[in-house]
Amino acid sequence: MKELGKRVLSGDIRAASRLIRNLEDQVPNTYIAMQEIFTKTGNSHVIGITGAPGAGKSTLTDELIYSYRQKDKSVGVLAVDPTSPFTGGALLGDRVRMLRHAEDKRVFVRSLATRGSMGGLSKAVGEGIHVLDALGKAKVIVETCGVGQQEVEIINHAHTVIVVLVPGMGDEIQALKAGLMEVADIFVINKADREGAGKLYKETLNMVHMSKGSKEDAKGWNIPVLLVESVLEPHKFAKSVDVLREKVDEHYQYLIDNNLLSDRMRRKTSAEINEALWAAILQPVLNDLEKDGKLDKMVDKVLKKEVDPYSLAEEIACRYIK
Amino acid sequence: MSVRRIRILLAKPGLDGHDRGAKVLARCFRDAGFEVIYTGCHQTPEQIAAAALQEDVDVVGLSCLSGAHKYLFPQVAKLLKDEGADDIVVIGGGIIPEQDMDALYEAGLKAIFTPGATLESLVEWINTNVTPRA
Repeated sequence: MKELGKRVLSGDIRAASRLIRNLEDQVPNTYIAMQEIFTKTGNSHVIGITGAPGAGKSTLTDELIYSYRQKDKSVGVLAVDPTSPFTGGALLGDRVRMLRHAEDKRVFVRSLATRGSMGGLSKAVGEGIHVLDALGKAKVIVETCGVGQQEVEIINHAHTVIVVLVPGMGDEIQALKAGLMEVADIFVINKADREGAGKLYKETLNMVHMSKGSKEDAKGWNIPVLLVESVLEPHKFAKSVDVLREKVDEHYQYLIDNNLLSDRMRRKTSAEINEALWAAILQPVLNDLEKDGKLDKMVDKVLKKEVDPYSLAEEIACRYIK
Repeated sequence: MSVRRIRILLAKPGLDGHDRGAKVLARCFRDAGFEVIYTGCHQTPEQIAAAALQEDVDVVGLSCLSGAHKYLFPQVAKLLKDEGADDIVVIGGGIIPEQDMDALYEAGLKAIFTPGATLESLVEWINTNVTPRA
């Protein structure tokens, strides 16, 4: 386990993929490798791509990788897909759309399963970002699992959040709701050649206009609403993604110029402390309870209504936390 | 709780575009509790090996119906070996004539499944023969 972090810092691909796996599997003592890399991180621009399932996030990610490679930037990708709530298995299929970069040594694509997390991201994603950062990737793209309205955890991890919308997903009331629509630094209306794209474009513009001045954009960031053409016309598609890439970089520069980068990082850091605390305090307790079937017995008791979960939790807390 | 999940890369090397079987397998492995990275059709051995390394998988499953398995399967095994990753188990499936099997095993493949192999037998083989890499 020791030296794994150092190997990542030296650019070792296998060490990076192993470290990410250890993080996912919550292998004990993985934090040693994280200690080795942590102080060296903070150099990557983290870009989140989120939106409904089927909105075209992977295809967009693929083209964005290509666009960055044309500018000679190295790219790391974490692509998240859902874990089955029944079997714990997962089918991770985002890579299918990113095959053309498979042999490019300066592109690293890793598929992750959500493993039960509810925010559209796996717990290992935040840590995986540090790994790709330590691996020296200039741009780290996080493609969330196809999210619903409330899955907005990406704002804890990304500097720039792209929300991908497609025509035909709802009326203007959807655009006014809290959640997903609030987290965008950039909106992309994908498949813009489809019927209803114009209407969606206008509704999104209206919504952006109304929310002006409500958060960081008070300092001058105008949330762009970009139309991206269908992949059926590859040339147009590539061109519109180039425009997106420029906007993404512009947003990063805006964060730097206005000293907002640390605000974003604050959110992530606080979430990280939260998660590290979870691992340090709750995990050992849970591990202990799972040993010898103690937890199972508790479940039985609650099921039989002999005790309620609240008293049980309080009793456990009293026992472990002095 | 620390859990090592079995990760499998499923790929179709070469020109063969018939991936229905591979998709059925992907679904079956998902239901068996594995994490399946499906990479689709028309890949070069180089692409498959690179993906296997980046994904840190335990198993690479190759499917080929076109007759090119004699070249493609050993090539993937060789590329992984060249990278020091011969601890990744390579298995193959598809239309594989009996007389080709020995050469494939010699090239490093650990199992070959031909039409008629049941989904259960595949899952069982993996559960018996693959330990998630420590």
